[in-house]
Amino acid sequence: MTDQAVSVPRRESPLLRLAKGAALIRESAVGMIGLGIVVFWVAVAILAPLLAPFPPNQPVMPMATPGMAAPTGETFWLGTDHLGRDILSRIIHGSRQVLLYAPLATFCAYLVGIPMGLAAGYRRGLVDDILSFIANVILSFPVLVLYIIIIATIGASGSNIVIAVTFASAPGIMRIVRGLVLDLRNREYVFAAETRGETPWRIMLVEILPNARGPLIVDACLRLGYVVITIGTLGFLGLGLPPPDPDWGGMVSETRQFAMFMPHMAIFPCIAISSLVLGFNLLADGLREVSLRD
Amino acid sequence: MDSQAKSFDGPVLECRDLCISYFTRAGEIPAVIDFNMTLEQGGSIGLVGESGCGKSTVAMAIMRYLGGNGAIVGGQVFYKGRDMATFSEEELRQLRGNEIAMVYQEPMASLNPSMTLGRQLMEVPLCHENISEEEAYKRARQMLADVNLPDPDRIMSVYPHQISGGQQQRVVIAMALLSNPSLLLLDEPTTALDVTVEAGIIELIGQIAEKFNTSMVYISHNLGLILETCDRVNVMYSGVVVESGTVTEVFDHMRHPYTKGLFGCIPLPGASKTARPLVPIRGQLPLPHQRPPGCYFGPRCDFFQKGVCDREGLGMTSVPNEPGHDVRCRRWQEIDWDSYHPEGVGAGEMEPGEVVLSIDDMKKYYELTDNSIAALISGKRVRYVKANESISFDARSCQTVAIVGESGCGKSTFAKVLMGLETATDGKVVFNGKDISQEEVQKRTPEQIGSMQMVFQNPFDTLNPSHTVGSQLARVIRKFGVEKNKDRIEQRVMELLDLVKLPREFARRRPRQLSGGQKQRVGIARAFAGNPTTVVADEPVSALDVSVQAAVTGLLMDIQKTYRTTLIFISHDLSLVRYLADRVVVMYLGHIVEQGTTDEVFAPPYHPYTEALLSAVPIADTSVEKTRIILEGNLPSVTNPPSGCVFNTRCPRKIGEICETQDPPVVEPTPGHQIACHLSREELARMKPVIVMAEEASPPAAE
Amino acid sequence: MLIFMVRRFGTMVLTMLVVSILVFLLLEINVESVATKVLGPYTSQEQREIWLRENGYFDPAIWRYLRWLGNFVIGDFGDSVRFKVPVSDVLWPRLGNTGILGGIALLIASIIGLTLGVIAGMREGGFRDRAVSVSAILTTSVPEFASAVFLSVIFVFNLQLLPGTSGMAEGFDLAQLVLPVAVLVIYDWGYIARMTRASMAEVMMTHYIRTAVLKGLPYGQVIRRHALRNALIAPFTVIMLQINWLLSGVIVVEVAFAYKGFGSLLYEASLNQDIYLIEACAMVAVFVAVMTQTLADIGYTYLNPRIRFS
Repeated sequence: MTDQAVSVPRRESPLLRLAKGAALIRESAVGMIGLGIVVFWVAVAILAPLLAPFPPNQPVMPMATPGMAAPTGETFWLGTDHLGRDILSRIIHGSRQVLLYAPLATFCAYLVGIPMGLAAGYRRGLVDDILSFIANVILSFPVLVLYIIIIATIGASGSNIVIAVTFASAPGIMRIVRGLVLDLRNREYVFAAETRGETPWRIMLVEILPNARGPLIVDACLRLGYVVITIGTLGFLGLGLPPPDPDWGGMVSETRQFAMFMPHMAIFPCIAISSLVLGFNLLADGLREVSLRD
Repeated sequence: MDSQAKSFDGPVLECRDLCISYFTRAGEIPAVIDFNMTLEQGGSIGLVGESGCGKSTVAMAIMRYLGGNGAIVGGQVFYKGRDMATFSEEELRQLRGNEIAMVYQEPMASLNPSMTLGRQLMEVPLCHENISEEEAYKRARQMLADVNLPDPDRIMSVYPHQISGGQQQRVVIAMALLSNPSLLLLDEPTTALDVTVEAGIIELIGQIAEKFNTSMVYISHNLGLILETCDRVNVMYSGVVVESGTVTEVFDHMRHPYTKGLFGCIPLPGASKTARPLVPIRGQLPLPHQRPPGCYFGPRCDFFQKGVCDREGLGMTSVPNEPGHDVRCRRWQEIDWDSYHPEGVGAGEMEPGEVVLSIDDMKKYYELTDNSIAALISGKRVRYVKANESISFDARSCQTVAIVGESGCGKSTFAKVLMGLETATDGKVVFNGKDISQEEVQKRTPEQIGSMQMVFQNPFDTLNPSHTVGSQLARVIRKFGVEKNKDRIEQRVMELLDLVKLPREFARRRPRQLSGGQKQRVGIARAFAGNPTTVVADEPVSALDVSVQAAVTGLLMDIQKTYRTTLIFISHDLSLVRYLADRVVVMYLGHIVEQGTTDEVFAPPYHPYTEALLSAVPIADTSVEKTRIILEGNLPSVTNPPSGCVFNTRCPRKIGEICETQDPPVVEPTPGHQIACHLSREELARMKPVIVMAEEASPPAAE
Repeated sequence: MLIFMVRRFGTMVLTMLVVSILVFLLLEINVESVATKVLGPYTSQEQREIWLRENGYFDPAIWRYLRWLGNFVIGDFGDSVRFKVPVSDVLWPRLGNTGILGGIALLIASIIGLTLGVIAGMREGGFRDRAVSVSAILTTSVPEFASAVFLSVIFVFNLQLLPGTSGMAEGFDLAQLVLPVAVLVIYDWGYIARMTRASMAEVMMTHYIRTAVLKGLPYGQVIRRHALRNALIAPFTVIMLQINWLLSGVIVVEVAFAYKGFGSLLYEASLNQDIYLIEACAMVAVFVAVMTQTLADIGYTYLNPRIRFS
């Protein structure tokens, strides 16, 4: 037995723990590439006003091909669209919309889905039956059909998209969390907490949820990618943000008809959105790899 | 294989200087080093050791199935004289299942869940021999009968999950024997099974060995099982064989300090917690990539001598006059075992005090709603699972009461009722003067909860992996209201870590940085955080290595003596129960069939179930003679228990119809010793002891 | 098993009922807006009221709901505002078209996905596994409208191999199906492959596969009889559930290529506020989705002996 003075254990600050955990991604090449892409776009979104050579909604010179010079001397690196707006600037500003609403919508979806999943998985019984039934009802709508109905009913706007995404994604998240909880609730440390008389919500949030964080973080990245695609698709269908604000999907649908002789107008937004989703998917794959090794 | 090879005359299997390593991202990790073994035809060798000693790796190497990252890096394996490295893939495939067969640890996981058992069995002869489907079916069916499975036709057509664990293992054995292999490898075949089922499987293996003259390699961590099944034994530690010889030589005249240490850890019939306590092996198993130079056991050995034992190049030396008995130790000849009296843990007398816990006719029934069509029609939709029936016993302070039984006996339900996770259907549970049978844990006061706590079974799962050890202990301290001030809580955390003999810096660590034994110590600290009067320990050491078991058990007893705690010790390990319990309660299918002091229960008169249990427990003592009693049949389903005496379907001493119709009365051969049986007092008195020690009471000593 | 099937179908009916209530509440509860949508925004208040009275819209909500539901069950969906014909006249043919498109796409995507998933999962971490995984990630990162644009630019405008739209004005033309099917397949095979791979990799790590190998069975037999039998149970369910996804995925594809299917019908209906058409499309879509879900559940139970015989 050691005979030392009482040493108060220094508790690591949660921030330090988070940083250490995040640094783990370095172990996966794929994850690093994904992280790089995402960080790139986040930087673009934040610095948009500084980076964009032109205001995004201002018609300058219609139908310019990539590389052409503007009357004012700057270059249209990616060309202009049929109304004369610089595509590069529109893409840069468009990233703001996407990177504002996608994480927001995903976060809200988790905010709703996690408690539902915890309650359904841990409490079982009637609570589980009702919640699972509700989830099944919502999930039985093909996703885009659901979006179309919702947006057709409440109208298209940024906040409505967040609401629609939350409504459509929460059941899926609930299912995943429920599955994880069903597995974790049989662990002995949960049983130990029950024998101590801990309240159910404390057990769900303190004992069970932290141990589900691995798969949930991976799912969050994947879901972010999927929400980006959804926002883009809604924009393509004309159900996204109202014009003239640049919305990558909307840009594609507006310029598709010119693709025969001026494909650059539609292609660059497609590349932009694909790269962002690729970033999230690679990041998710890297995180999954790392969490398996742990 | 051609007939010439099948009728080979030398040893069936020979391993020479075998070295096996695993290749991970961290580099090469040696798993088995310098392994030598010769197995004659018809012989049986046991490989015994604790986790990480490499015994299973050897079996996989013999089968040449080391997976993507394992490889044989040195030495050879000779099968019937031929170096196995010279076999082509196709030749190896023909050997497997045909000449060399294997039986695995977990039978349910080893059988394909989507294929009928018949088909899985028939595959073996169909792919190795040129026979028709009908022939294969007949052979498979016959083999099922040979392994004593009832109703072989039904078993041929069902899926693995539709039969019990013991039956599954018999099927796996049948599958291994179908092509009459020359070599049978058994990797912990009974670890996942109940003790009485295990006894049946062991007997079957013995019969087979005799009947088919199969050579066997038997891998286990249980020395008692090795004694019952093998002629020779190799004791392994951290990848090397430390001692090898015949069973008598190694068990009675052991030379290596590790072997001696192992035997000191096992509760043999001669050990007793007061007079001759268990002696744990100090220290820890070295990590595979951090083995010490020279003798791997050195750091933990009481006879370690610097300069001698840590010199490289340690090999096996033979014991003179005992051919075949080898030891890997440089100093074995200098060791005088007679004068070696290591100190045991947890010794000392304990006087039991007042009654702390009193259970009176407690019943716990679960309701099952049956939604099948048959139930709807007959109107009987609600059925009862009688998990606990008429449980009555007392426990005093500073006393250890053991609850013994196999799976389905109701001990986990009982623990749940005690802890308040379930309420009793009927009866009383009086704890510290208050009846808690109807009080759920949510309704109990923090002091009450802290006063009765639990130590759990699975150390790897018992701590939350996401929080530090210190924070988990602090939470418990706060919850039970022991301390409120932050500094005092920290202080108490430190005190608890001291109590379980863990370094204080562990408070900052996460569970995955601790070993199994260390985690279990934290579990014990957690249970004692609230100064409990009673601790319920549910199989607290079953998942630990033998050497760690002794240490943790000793720790528990130490703490119990200091705090005069009542210990309710739930276990299926009868040897351990005999060692540390004061009173024993034997349960079967929800009923108490026998209870009394340890001496009373372990000596005749017995309840027939206790008798069979005692006969089934393997004992690693060559001087012990056991009467062999094998229970027929399966454990009945808890939803459909037999009428009358619940044990009557399997009882070897069944009298007749009375056992099926009437509940057995409680007989008291001596006051306080209760047996629930229809046998008359005279018949009970006539019972002979199941376990008979040799004349000398002294433990096996080396010469 | 029988009881299970009955219960699942019962749940299905219940789900459809709840869905119908939801749809009704969303779209039909506000009678004013219904009238505006059906008759157009340029009608007067009185005209709307007359119409509403004639069509029973001032009856209590519960009667309206039951009538509405009853109509649905017998297949009377009302008249389409946009097309000026009964909804059923437009809906069923379009649904059939989507069936063809989706069916072919699902078939191809399943074959590719299952095959590649099995190959990838057989040796987890191997080169083929990495190749399949990376390809799957790449293709599922490209939204359908983006791959529609890419493919159009390459095959329609540059190489001039395929037609740009798939209106099928002159009857059935296989060439016009190629691009829409391709877009669906490109996006979907990856998901099926990843699920199959995960299932296969998990099965290959089990003890019973080790038993099969150590019994001396030839490797091909181990894969075919032991591994696949267990590994393909989960992907089967996944593929059935892809039908639900397809009903969503076809919308973009049909709009992009002007294919006269169910998806573009729903899209047009929502643009034009064609309320009865929207309702009908929604109900039919959900019905198909719930039906496939139920069949997938039943199929999974049937294929998994542990659940079937318990």
